[in-house]
Amino acid sequence: MGKVFSFHGGIHPPENKHQSTQLPIATAPLPKLLHIPLQQHIGAASKACVKIGDKVLKGQRIGDAQGDFSVPVHASSSGIVTAIGNHAVPHPSGMPATCISIETDGQEQWIAHSGLADFTALSSAELIDYIRDRGICGMGGAGFPTAVKLHLGDHHIINTLIINAAECEPYISADDLLMREHAEHIIAGIDVLQHLIKASHIIIGIEDNKPQAIRALETAIAGCRYNIDVVSVPTKYPSGGEKQLIQLLTNIEVPHGGIPADVGIVCQNVGTVYAIHRAIAYGESLISRVVTVTGDGVNKPQNFETLIGTPFSALLEAAGYLQNNTSRLIVGGPMMGYTIDDLEIPVSKTTNCIIAASPQEMPAPDPALACIRCGQCEQVCPVQLLPQQLHWYAKSQEYDKAQQHNLFDCIECGACSFVCPSNIPLVQYYRHAKTAIKEEAQDKRKSDIARQRFEAKQMREQRAIEEKATKRKARAEQAAKAQAEKQKVAQQPPLDSAEQQQLLKQQVSAEKLNVEQLQQQFAVLQTQSNTEASAIQLGDLQLKKAQLNLQRAEQALLSYQPADCAPDIDIKKLKVAAAMASTKLKKAQRALKNAQEKSQPGIELLTTTILALEKTASSANAAYSDASNHCLATCSTNPVSTEPATGDAKKLKIAVAIARTKLKRAQAQLSKATAEGADNLAELAQSVTDLSAKLSTAEAAFKVTSAPIQTQPTGDSHPSRDQPDLKTLKTMAAIARTKLKKAHSQLEKLSVEDQPDHQLLAEIARLEEKVLKTQASYLQAKDSISSQPDAEQNKAAKQASLEEHLQKTLSLFDRAQQALQKAEANKSPAVEKMRISIEKISTKLAAAEHALQQHNSSQDQE
Amino acid sequence: MISIVMSVLVLLGLAVLFGLILGFSSIKFHVAGNPIVDQIDGILPQTQCGQCGHPGCRPYAESIANGEAINKCPPGGQATIEALADLLDVEVLELDGEHADIPIKTVAYIREDECIGCTKCIQACPVDAILGAAKQMHTVIIDECTGCDLCVAPCPVDCIDMLPIASNITNWKWQAPADPQQVFQQIIATDKRPEVELQS
Amino acid sequence: MPHIRISSPHVQRPTKTADIMRLVIIATLPVLFGMTFFCGWGTLINVVLASVIAISLEAICIKLRHRPVLFYLRDNSALLTAILLALALPPFAPWWVTATAVFVAIIIAKQIYGGLGQNPFNPAMVGYALVLISFPVEMTRWTAPFDLSGNSWEVLGFADTLTVIFGSWQEIIQTHPYIDSFTGATPLDTLKHRNGLTVEEVWQSSQVMANVGAWYAVSLCYFVGGIFLIYRKIYTWHAPLTLLTTLVLISAVFFAIDPDSYADPLIHLTTGATMLGAFFIVTDPVSSATSNRGKVVFAAGVAILVYIVRTWGNYPDALAFAVMLMNLCAPFIDQYTQPRSYGYKNPNSGQPSKENHS
Repeated sequence: MGKVFSFHGGIHPPENKHQSTQLPIATAPLPKLLHIPLQQHIGAASKACVKIGDKVLKGQRIGDAQGDFSVPVHASSSGIVTAIGNHAVPHPSGMPATCISIETDGQEQWIAHSGLADFTALSSAELIDYIRDRGICGMGGAGFPTAVKLHLGDHHIINTLIINAAECEPYISADDLLMREHAEHIIAGIDVLQHLIKASHIIIGIEDNKPQAIRALETAIAGCRYNIDVVSVPTKYPSGGEKQLIQLLTNIEVPHGGIPADVGIVCQNVGTVYAIHRAIAYGESLISRVVTVTGDGVNKPQNFETLIGTPFSALLEAAGYLQNNTSRLIVGGPMMGYTIDDLEIPVSKTTNCIIAASPQEMPAPDPALACIRCGQCEQVCPVQLLPQQLHWYAKSQEYDKAQQHNLFDCIECGACSFVCPSNIPLVQYYRHAKTAIKEEAQDKRKSDIARQRFEAKQMREQRAIEEKATKRKARAEQAAKAQAEKQKVAQQPPLDSAEQQQLLKQQVSAEKLNVEQLQQQFAVLQTQSNTEASAIQLGDLQLKKAQLNLQRAEQALLSYQPADCAPDIDIKKLKVAAAMASTKLKKAQRALKNAQEKSQPGIELLTTTILALEKTASSANAAYSDASNHCLATCSTNPVSTEPATGDAKKLKIAVAIARTKLKRAQAQLSKATAEGADNLAELAQSVTDLSAKLSTAEAAFKVTSAPIQTQPTGDSHPSRDQPDLKTLKTMAAIARTKLKKAHSQLEKLSVEDQPDHQLLAEIARLEEKVLKTQASYLQAKDSISSQPDAEQNKAAKQASLEEHLQKTLSLFDRAQQALQKAEANKSPAVEKMRISIEKISTKLAAAEHALQQHNSSQDQE
Repeated sequence: MISIVMSVLVLLGLAVLFGLILGFSSIKFHVAGNPIVDQIDGILPQTQCGQCGHPGCRPYAESIANGEAINKCPPGGQATIEALADLLDVEVLELDGEHADIPIKTVAYIREDECIGCTKCIQACPVDAILGAAKQMHTVIIDECTGCDLCVAPCPVDCIDMLPIASNITNWKWQAPADPQQVFQQIIATDKRPEVELQS
Repeated sequence: MPHIRISSPHVQRPTKTADIMRLVIIATLPVLFGMTFFCGWGTLINVVLASVIAISLEAICIKLRHRPVLFYLRDNSALLTAILLALALPPFAPWWVTATAVFVAIIIAKQIYGGLGQNPFNPAMVGYALVLISFPVEMTRWTAPFDLSGNSWEVLGFADTLTVIFGSWQEIIQTHPYIDSFTGATPLDTLKHRNGLTVEEVWQSSQVMANVGAWYAVSLCYFVGGIFLIYRKIYTWHAPLTLLTTLVLISAVFFAIDPDSYADPLIHLTTGATMLGAFFIVTDPVSSATSNRGKVVFAAGVAILVYIVRTWGNYPDALAFAVMLMNLCAPFIDQYTQPRSYGYKNPNSGQPSKENHS
């Protein structure tokens, strides 16, 4: 006999068990209709696997388990399925749920079934599945699927198997009678469980108010091969609670949130054990159970072996129902049971008792008074909660505090309500609070999901809008590009300019021909006297039309020609450059001749210069021919290639400018060196020639690349022709100016040497004239362009002005350097100052170059 | 004189000290984001119904954080107002205007025989709880439906019903015990026990 | 017969609030007897007077609240408050002192807070404390349980007592020459105002201390009543035992340090309101802490405060103040003295944390 411990609290309500233990277990009559609920257990409801009209046999499966946490249901008797649908079920809500209704045929015809000859031959898993298939769930009250309880993970090592036979609730005697009459079957059931669990210790916990059952069990275990302890525990409610019984028998508390298996214990109700035995030994599914029918509302309180699905009315009838003496019908015990008001509610697997109570037996409670915090509830709470605090919090809906006071550990045993002197329905408060908290949590979960879904939708819509916008933008760009392409195509006729011209000429000649023909016809008409005036008029009109056409064609031809010559400008420039180079060469040669005649010093120098100039001239010529060829090619064939060329052109332009500056500096140095008769004259001269070669190639390259760009359209078509003109003019002006300066410098040099050269003077005069002319034409062109109010024009003008500024700065630099040379030659004291000013000018020059560069790059970006 | 100077200095020192502590803690315990909006948003029922005049619950939460009245959420009802009042420490207000009745939780059902598959309700649903495709019958995912009502108006054939969530065994909840005050109304001075309410 | 729908449990213990109150009232009977025996009819008259006033006031309040009067009066709570208050007041306190105390206890300390179960303070102690502060002279009308000669005791007759309570006590002094004053000191008074004498010297010199046996007897009456209530499981042993042991421990420590200056534990235990407090005041469930651990903390707090005020304070006894101060702390104590529930390693305490929201 094991040691008995104790649990906190507990109460001693009047037992009232004797009424129903006077008679042995009777068999309840077979009702006409069985209503078998599909959910009689905790977990997922099973699913009907029969149809209306099907004939079912006793023990036949009619509902399949859904998932692991579920058990099947079986027909309790043979008959015909008459309905599958909502029917009242035993539930505190009194609400209906799905039931399978079977009209019994009275045959009680079993489906073929047989027990397991040797259950030890089966593996644990097979045995557990077998138990599950027989529809067995906990019969103590909650209906926990037994298979789930037996299916333990590897981390659970079970030391103790506890059979719960305490049956602590007043009135109920179903387990008591079952033990009295079927003790050996229960022991046989324990045998099966022990085979599965292999516990080291088996305890049957039974309250000491059931001496007959204890005796029966003790007799039965005599022949058992396992060591089973029948431990009688003091009668105290709620010792039959699983956790309380475990504490009573082992003094171990099941940890909060855990299951008994966590502390090495499995607890099974005695009724469940009996059902397991029936299933194993006879192959019977769980289709009946013992139900106590008691209370003052029945004549013969008694226990009945009842088929699952039997309506309460049939049971009560069998026990002698006194309807007029019954004020409440309770399913379960008086402490935890719930009231019902529908007699057609059927017995389920967990229905252990029906109490028909008279008003004297269970008077309606007095109205609740205020809680005086007497603390009685705390003293009896088996879970050691603070029921009165929970009550305050539940009442004022301070659910967080209620939870902190372990509301969810409440087992709703009703001990607190039982002792409450103020009649406060404490358990109902807790039940309400629990459901309210659960509902709140569920609402919270649902609203969280709703929020996520809403945000996801918003994000998706936002993304869609953005995608649409980008697509639209892309489409607009595409369209703009296509438009531009079209314009380009329109502007740059696919035909060769010459062919185009040819075409236009042909058109003109055709029109001319037409006009002549018409004129001849008209003349013939006029000569024929019989012709009507109208015909003459018509002929006149036709003639005029034809003349108009001719005029148009001629105009087209004329207007085409300037467009045609646009690419030629650069070639012209190159031509000019080439001519210039050859002029220079000639000049140099002349100078050489002069020098040779006068046998002056520096002949060698001049010779080298001439050689260099010769080279320059040839390269310029080469560039010219190159450019002219290339220009033709680009103009006629590939308009798209102009785009990348724009960038190149600008770079080249800058390169040209830099090269030019370098060249000028080198020239200046050279001239200075010449003047001073320095030793490194040859080197300097070489570098000058190199630079000038570089410059000319750079210029050539620039011109080649910029030529097609300048013909490229820029939105508006009309200024496209003016721009290259302007630039050419400007360049020409600049070149002329440079030449002029060079000539001036030469003149100065000569004058320093006191050797006036008339030819040189004449040259200067000519150059001056040229400079003026080009400048004038340039300005004129510029004015004409700036008069057109166009952003493009403004930019071009700005660029032009920047370029001009650069040029001016350059010339200033040159002049300053010349002045410096002069000063140095004269040993003037202002040399230092002049050097500083030259430096300043050179920074200015750099700034001007930079500005130009920036402007160009900004245009690039656009 | 010395004492005045001393006290001024002491106060100054204290001011500096506490300033430093405050400054330090404002950096050290800096809370990123605007938690109050999140908290308000957590209380709102997330039906996204727009009955408050905002396009969704979060905008209303932001607006409440900026001082808008807390009583514009009919789906949340008085419970939400009380929770908001508690959170923001403001007065509990009555639910705004026309929605003064207790909210009954509903979900949308599409009468599927009548649905013409126009997808208008799908576009209207703020939580994507309606399934369907053009010219195909639509249906509501009941578990996801917040009962916001927004799908009812766009339906050209009026085939969407807002039905209250049915009470059944699984979502049934225990009633709170009757308010003692109400029971006391029935007690008369003759000390007779009141008739206990019959719930049928 | 229609079937009612109602939440479980369906059976209840028949013991109701009124029964609990009645039992407590029964437990006061020995005290009432003792007081009447030693101090004359005054206490009995006070009890009756206080009860009548209390029930009347309670009835008026319930009426004003539109609640059923008889139903509520039957909970006996007003009666109990009145009796405890009357026992605590001096036997010869004038009627208006008693009336004031009852008025404060019933109206201000209880009904204004919402009636039974809602009051944060013990009503009897609030009433007592108020009159103690307001009418210090009248509140010392304790007759010596023995006459001043110390040879015998003689108490006033019923009619004379009525005269004292409702009329003038000077008349009585004239007709009863053996009584020179109704403002007899209690032992605690005597010890408090001992004019530089040591405790030992007071014991030897004072007539009051010679008659301390009567106070022992009254305390014993309280003790008997308290044991009866514990036996009937009206309250647990936690609060009374803690109060008494704490008081004994503290006084023993100080007595051991300096017997000349500090009274011995027995005096602290048996005189004044110690026993009243231990068995009838700190056990008041409404205004004290809830859990067993909380009750221990609560009672210990009361004991400490009582000793401090008795020894170093202005008042000879301080139960009312100590209890009221601890009443203030009760909700706080409750928060930190939750019991360890089944399946938990440690008890919860303090405010719910955010993690508990689920």
